[in-house]
Amino acid sequence: MTIAQVIFVVISAVVLVSAVLVVVSRNIVHAALWLILSLFGVAALFAVLEAGFMAVVQVVIYVGAIATLIIFAIMLTRREMREPGQQTHRWWPLPALLAMALFAGLAWLLGSLPGTGAAPPALAGEDPVLLLGQALLSPEQYMLPFEVASVLLLAALVGAIVIAGDSR
Amino acid sequence: MVPLSWYLIVAAALFCLGLYGVLARRNSVAILMGIELMLNAVNLNLVAFWRYLEPARMSGQVFAVMVFAVAAAEAAVGLALIISLYRLKRTVVADEADLLRG
Repeated sequence: MTIAQVIFVVISAVVLVSAVLVVVSRNIVHAALWLILSLFGVAALFAVLEAGFMAVVQVVIYVGAIATLIIFAIMLTRREMREPGQQTHRWWPLPALLAMALFAGLAWLLGSLPGTGAAPPALAGEDPVLLLGQALLSPEQYMLPFEVASVLLLAALVGAIVIAGDSR
Repeated sequence: MVPLSWYLIVAAALFCLGLYGVLARRNSVAILMGIELMLNAVNLNLVAFWRYLEPARMSGQVFAVMVFAVAAAEAAVGLALIISLYRLKRTVVADEADLLRG
């Protein structure tokens, strides 16, 4: 194995092991902390894929914002959530079976996919971040979805305040 | 060199773990964490496809940015709903939120 493959395998192992611990931990606080490690691993995979901007955004949004939100929600609803009782419902083998079947199907499908063993083409001379910025803001490319996403974020912000705010 | 299929396999495994978390956990916040794992798997796929198939065009990364935006909105609204439910019923267990059951 080359160095790049070793690095990839190590990061993937971290991501997958901590993801397993997210779904099986009995303590919800521990699950949230494992989720943070898993998200960090995905950011590292983005960096390995030479998508530096995505890696930074992953750390800022997921690790910085969403993980903090989740931990706050755990603290605000603490009494029930810290209880280390039964964390899965009694039909849990059914989802486990479904997930394993889905993974087997996907693995079989990916194994039969042509052209997935090739090396990645070299990046063009231009900076990918520059290209991404131009793609997001030029009207003939993705400006409309970008603006719609900002409206969606505003609506979600207002909605979250209205739903969680104290109405009394 | 890491083949594209390795990334796809890791993303598929991450997605299936998230799916298990969503379907099997009782705690609403844990269900949201499963959804976050699934969204991350999708993002990993999008960025890997961008790098290996179309590095000159930014469609893959633009899609991933959109997924980030939607994930942030979903997390904010979802956690607000959970906090609101906790205020109303003093529980975050998904089975016990049965106000609409006939």
